[in-house]
Amino acid sequence: MIKASKLAYEYIRRDEEGNVEGIVRALDGVDLDIKSGDFVAILGHNGSGKSTIAKEINAILEPTEGVLFVNNYDTSKEENIWDIRQSAGMVFQNPDNQLVASVVEEDVAFGPENLGVPTDEIILRVAEALEKVGMTAYRNSSPNHLSGGQKQRIAIAGILAMKPKCIVLDEPTAMLDPNGRKEVISTIHELNKKEGITILLITHYMDEVVGCDKVIVMDNGKVVMQGTPREIFSRPDEIKKHKLDLPQVTELADELAKEGVDMPKGILSIDEFVEAFTSRYAGK
Amino acid sequence: MLRDITLGQYYPTDSVIHRLDPRVKLTATLLFIVSMFLFHSFLGYAVAGICLAVVIVISHVPFRFMMKGLKTIWFLLIFTMIFNIFLTDGTILFQWKFIKISQEGLLTAAFMGLRLFFLIIGSSLMTLTTTPNQLTTGMETGLRWMKVIHVPVHEIAMMMSIALRFIPILMEETDKIMKAQQARGADFEEGKLMDRVRALVPVFVPLFVSAFRRANELAMAMEARCYRGDNGRTSMKPLKYAARDGIAYVIMVLFLVLIVFTDKIAALIF
Amino acid sequence: MLYLDKVNYIYQKGTAMEMPALHDVSIEIRDGEFIGVIGHTGSGKSTLIQHLNGLVKPTSGNIYYNGRDIWDEDFSRKELRTKVGLVFQYPEYQLFETTVEKDVEFGPTNMKLPKLEVQMRAFEALKTVGIGEDLYDVSPFDLSGGQKRRVAIAGILAMRPEVIVLDEPTAGLDPCGRDEILEAIARIRKERNITVVLVSHSMEDVARYVDRLIVMDHGMVKFDGPTKEVFQNYEELEKIGLAAPQVTYLTAALMKKGVPLPGIATTVEEAKEMLKAVTGAR
Repeated sequence: MIKASKLAYEYIRRDEEGNVEGIVRALDGVDLDIKSGDFVAILGHNGSGKSTIAKEINAILEPTEGVLFVNNYDTSKEENIWDIRQSAGMVFQNPDNQLVASVVEEDVAFGPENLGVPTDEIILRVAEALEKVGMTAYRNSSPNHLSGGQKQRIAIAGILAMKPKCIVLDEPTAMLDPNGRKEVISTIHELNKKEGITILLITHYMDEVVGCDKVIVMDNGKVVMQGTPREIFSRPDEIKKHKLDLPQVTELADELAKEGVDMPKGILSIDEFVEAFTSRYAGK
Repeated sequence: MLRDITLGQYYPTDSVIHRLDPRVKLTATLLFIVSMFLFHSFLGYAVAGICLAVVIVISHVPFRFMMKGLKTIWFLLIFTMIFNIFLTDGTILFQWKFIKISQEGLLTAAFMGLRLFFLIIGSSLMTLTTTPNQLTTGMETGLRWMKVIHVPVHEIAMMMSIALRFIPILMEETDKIMKAQQARGADFEEGKLMDRVRALVPVFVPLFVSAFRRANELAMAMEARCYRGDNGRTSMKPLKYAARDGIAYVIMVLFLVLIVFTDKIAALIF
Repeated sequence: MLYLDKVNYIYQKGTAMEMPALHDVSIEIRDGEFIGVIGHTGSGKSTLIQHLNGLVKPTSGNIYYNGRDIWDEDFSRKELRTKVGLVFQYPEYQLFETTVEKDVEFGPTNMKLPKLEVQMRAFEALKTVGIGEDLYDVSPFDLSGGQKRRVAIAGILAMRPEVIVLDEPTAGLDPCGRDEILEAIARIRKERNITVVLVSHSMEDVARYVDRLIVMDHGMVKFDGPTKEVFQNYEELEKIGLAAPQVTYLTAALMKKGVPLPGIATTVEEAKEMLKAVTGAR
């Protein structure tokens, strides 16, 4: 679905007078291979290059070096832009700044309208998309009256109505409260499972990564770690080195192991912890 | 809550007027404004007034609600009337030093006042019965022919609908920034005029920065959703004329004929 | 020092959109406390903190600052705002000056202090939040997210408030930026010894830092007590759409399985000590 080879992106930083201050290499030799139907998380602190990847995938930025293919379209070719954006939809961080219309259903219709879809089909697609994110009841509301989590679900519906193969979400939960975060994360998991849509979730919240197929950790524009959540979480010291957090249970298990308590590596959930702990220390 | 302020002043009821195609209402409003200049007789005013009253009754918008919207314009109305009373020459009815009131002055003032009143009520009837969204769509569809003379109709309509979405957000944001600066000791209520203007800098700078940031992000989000102007763009809710819209157009023509006709008759009688 | 007595607040009173936002809220904030306020969006916590410095007037009830009613005729609320510093959510959106230093000086300048004093306070505040001198002349718009936010906090701190109220100071930051802010708050506590009220969505942060926790729900105070005691009610918290730290659930689950723990834990360190004790610290 998404394939990158030695992808690099550089931009020139200028000071106030417009003099060149230096060249920033936001992406540096990134190789990616994301298969259709995968749920992949990209982790990294701010400035690690993870948002640049999202913009590359959506052909908002053009690669400086290397190649990037999205749904077999080369992103460096101008004529592919609209096909790329249709097949890999994008959801941004700020829920307010990506909704265009002042009525929910009209906003969801915005994408298909741009694609020139006939009226009857737009109506069908909008109804279907709102159904999938569970927002049908709000179709005639104003986005201004919705919660952050609901607005993000509308943004997702707006992308779904374009019938994409893949959705790229650039820190979709950073501005939400815990309930909003849960709403959004469970919505995208469901889309991945039921509709088979490839999901690329860019985030810095470790706990959102737990149910993913694959995790990619970025730092300094490079891919520094890659693997299943369990593989990644088994290397807690490395994660901390890249300025990321661990879920509390993983951290606790790791701390205990360091103190000589027999705990396995890469614990992801409360249940796993309880299971591991009681099987070893029951009755003591 | 600031976000609940609706732009314009849409008054939701389920009347025939509300259900009319926005293009019809736009045309009707335009026609009504033009018609105001087609008659100069009492009879004309009476006919126009009756027609307006009938439409108001059909629209189910309470007259008192409409008058509320007039509040800010009362001043203009009275000002115009006074101006006309004192500055029109003619048969003097009353004189005190340099102030004189003439019969013609009173008449022109009454006509001017009435005409202004009709204009305002007539056009607010449109905004009261049409949502801002419908109005935008109506303009885009109804004025599409203007593209021939290079008027960017689609772009203007898109700008209007984005403004409709973001004005409440920015208003709420202004409120928040003002409070935040107040928490840093800013004072918006005291001091001379210049001080008060200067006190707004800490509000407007962050507001503009935020507006530009939002604009940037929105532009990117729109592009990501394949927006490329109205090239091959379709619509989920295209405007379609119904039978009632045809009837409305016929009534409009009849109204125009009636107005011109009454003025002719009035001229014959008086 | 701050005392709220049966405060009620009704949104847009007298209009169709009338909505109760606070209901009979009575809270006492004492000198030197570190208080956390939690509650889901719309629970009234933002409205509550805007009452503390007189930005919002209660519909009924009274608020006292050092024994004086803040809505008395002759009480200066402008002065109150310098004593009760309120840092709004996303405070970096209120930066407006050309340099970091000037922006931080805005508050003390409004207090009409002598120039030297203003500068001193700004330096001091910037130091507390960990912004180095090399950044004083930089435009605040060129800073990183975490830095911007610390500058904004310094802007409040420079007024030398006796209480500082922070509305979700870590929202939207990455772990790095979040730690910077939390460290800055810890330093404020240590260096200034002032009262801190922290509104947060992160139960982990609240559990780690604050001594007393106030839980808001539907405009009412649902719980108010020592942090650990409040988290004992984790099942109740769940019902009103909130949660406890993950280790709290973990220790509760372990106890249910018969692991003999002295009680629930609220921080990783605490849980670690408990579990180590159980295993006999081999």
